[in-house]
Amino acid sequence: MSEQTVMIQNEEEVLLSRFPEVVKKDERKGYEGYIVEAKALKDFATTLRDELGYDYLSSVTGVDYLPEGKMEVVYHAYKTTGGPALVFKVQVPRENPVVPSLVPIYPGADFQEREAWDLLGIKFEGHPNLKRILMWEGFHGHPLRKDWREPFYEAEHKPYKSRFPNGEFFRAEDRNPFGKNVDYPAGFDPETWTPDNSNALIYEGLGRVEKAGDDLPTEQIVVNLGPQHPSTHGVFRMVVTLDGETIVDLEPVMGYLHRNHEKIGERNTWLMNMPFTDRLDYLAPMSNNFGYALAVEKLLGVKPPERAEYIRVIMAELTRIQNHIFAIGMFLNDMGAYFTPSLYAIEERELILDIFEAVAGSRMMVNYFRFGGVARDIPEDVMAKIRDLAFERLPRRIDELDRYLTNSEIVRIRGEGVGVLTPEQAIAYSAAGPVLRASGVPYDVRRADPYSIYDRFDFDVAVRYHGDVYDRYLIRMDEVRQSIRIIQQALDQIPEGPIVAGKQQYQHRVPAGEAYGRVEGPKGELGFYVVSTGKTNPWRYHVRAPSFINLTALAEMCKGHKVADAVIILGSIDIVLGETDR
Amino acid sequence: MDGSGILKGLGVTLKRLIDTYVDDFKRGKSRYYTQEGIEYRRSAEVKGIFTVQYPEEKLPVPEEFRFVPFLVYEETPEGEQKIRCTSCGICTKVCPAQCIWIERTTDPKTGRPRPEPADFHIDIDLCMNCGLCAEYCPFDAIKMDHVYELATYDRSNNVLDLQRLLKPVSYYAEIRPNNYQREEEARRKAEEAKRKAAEARAKAKAAREAAKAKKQEAKKE
Ligand code: SF4
Ligand code: SF4
Repeated sequence: MSEQTVMIQNEEEVLLSRFPEVVKKDERKGYEGYIVEAKALKDFATTLRDELGYDYLSSVTGVDYLPEGKMEVVYHAYKTTGGPALVFKVQVPRENPVVPSLVPIYPGADFQEREAWDLLGIKFEGHPNLKRILMWEGFHGHPLRKDWREPFYEAEHKPYKSRFPNGEFFRAEDRNPFGKNVDYPAGFDPETWTPDNSNALIYEGLGRVEKAGDDLPTEQIVVNLGPQHPSTHGVFRMVVTLDGETIVDLEPVMGYLHRNHEKIGERNTWLMNMPFTDRLDYLAPMSNNFGYALAVEKLLGVKPPERAEYIRVIMAELTRIQNHIFAIGMFLNDMGAYFTPSLYAIEERELILDIFEAVAGSRMMVNYFRFGGVARDIPEDVMAKIRDLAFERLPRRIDELDRYLTNSEIVRIRGEGVGVLTPEQAIAYSAAGPVLRASGVPYDVRRADPYSIYDRFDFDVAVRYHGDVYDRYLIRMDEVRQSIRIIQQALDQIPEGPIVAGKQQYQHRVPAGEAYGRVEGPKGELGFYVVSTGKTNPWRYHVRAPSFINLTALAEMCKGHKVADAVIILGSIDIVLGETDR
Repeated sequence: MDGSGILKGLGVTLKRLIDTYVDDFKRGKSRYYTQEGIEYRRSAEVKGIFTVQYPEEKLPVPEEFRFVPFLVYEETPEGEQKIRCTSCGICTKVCPAQCIWIERTTDPKTGRPRPEPADFHIDIDLCMNCGLCAEYCPFDAIKMDHVYELATYDRSNNVLDLQRLLKPVSYYAEIRPNNYQREEEARRKAEEAKRKAAEARAKAKAAREAAKAKKQEAKKE
């Protein structure tokens, strides 16, 4: 028996003997992990964290099992020293789903629990600030519940019968005109509604807060950065409470770009979701494809052929490079270097996007991965281009960017010591990717829990130790260099052969069960949690979005700094609103 | 912190500036507004400025580039249009945006469906250009286009019907030569195989009949 199996068995014994009756193994076919009674959840989580070393709570989400009348909350926890996930679940009745909040134990659950409340109506007892996060106050219902229907509802799932064989064209809004498609909760009138106290600051343009208990009669002031603000990289709002220029408190407000990606995903067939994943983090579409393909492949039990694996790795690493250099460029914009650095960075990105276009057909909306492989082979001339980039141009250009920016006094003065996140905080807040690694935690999914063929490549997990904005800049440079290394090795090793396993179908019957596919995306751990009931559509489709979860720590990073620093701290996290808001 | 870092950084930008002018002088008129110039500016060895002056200059799109779909028809020597689509409905079932509407033709006499579309609508406002319809059409009847300048003032123009969707196969062969050749090759092979199978079957049948005739003759005797 290998060491790891022994360890897992021990864990199981510890958990089951420590919590008799209240913790059971999840015995449903195709499921894994433990089912924990709600009343024992907090003790269970504390044991996991303090005794078994599962210090990192990666994902929290809910599933609505409508036919069984149950709501389930699913947790995925990891050790930051590596290894597979430990999955545990809580089941509560659907009518009144109340689950104890894990925020006191894992602060990183904060936004995710709010999301589960918002979209599924699961109440988290003891959550410090349980209110909607993606939808607005006054929204009627919880849209991810299976019995909730969208304004342009047509059928439970696609493909819609109206399209064929008697496809008579109509526009959705003709059947359900604008204005008549909104639904408010009973007694809610948008004209007369006023926010209650906890929300007042967020809804008022410019609020003032009395400063309590001080001799000097100064006042604190509330400023809204965004939603339309050049610093927020999209439609995103930071409500900052200022004392002079110093940030006392900050609350991120999001959801402006929310389209309920997950509900759309549950109406779609399995394959239809592939192009939709492109639209999450549209700066890293290949990684999104990758994560989703991994999750569904786990359920389907297919394995891509060798060549496809290499192509996937090459594409994923090219994505990382273009994402990081773009992030660096935009970060410099946030610092006030008006566009010169970002345009230098965008040149390399253009060349990489040209490759995507030639291989996948589109620069950003690539829709390139298929279950069991990829859609198209890389043509010979494009392969030559990739070679050229990986061996010649990119290393040269990264060095140039390095010379240009890294030792610039402006970058250093503004970045060093700003927005510090300690390793303990980074883990507690479930920060992922470059944010986590810049805080001195060498956690990279490619190494910690290797997927695809990453165990074959020789590369270093980049890590920096100050946890400040400057380190988050440096770590992206490091990672680009590592990605170039990986691509060089992959290009040397890539074999000839088929690029997809078996014949491609347009509809898949996916065996019932759950799966969690995770990849190290450029922004951090990107996970797809899918549940199948054996049909052609997913029953549940959830995205663990790093851009969203990394924001949990934003307030912590900003407190005590100047308002101008909030802009670069946000820039250093590198969020994409398409993924944050989903 | 003596400012040397900034100076070094400024050196990088200065070098770029100079590179651009050097490049301009070296390559002269061919650098701008020529196909060759555009190619060069997109290549990995370019120094200096990189941008393309859209819309005066346009980047060539690669073969795999995809924008809204069109329907392929073949032209018979008599100039008749033969639509490849058999209205099998697969594209409507695979389309993630559900923006394809197909009306199947029914035979007025028998009331049975006939393998051709009576009408075909694609709402290109909804189309997400994913290319799945073209990928899964078993008859190579729907293909992704290269035309990308589709801005209009009037949204009602954006629902394409059968007539507006149709383009000749020669157009397809022009924008996607490699794909076209590969498909034709596959089709030829399939037909060959079919013909051979038919021949083999005919031969077997003839042999069987001959045997039978022999047997009967033997019986008669
Ligand atoms: S375009 Fe192709 S997939 Fe669509 S109905 Fe016609 S033959 Fe079938
Ligand atoms: S490209 Fe995609 S969205 Fe557009 S019609 Fe084809 S399948 Fe539908």
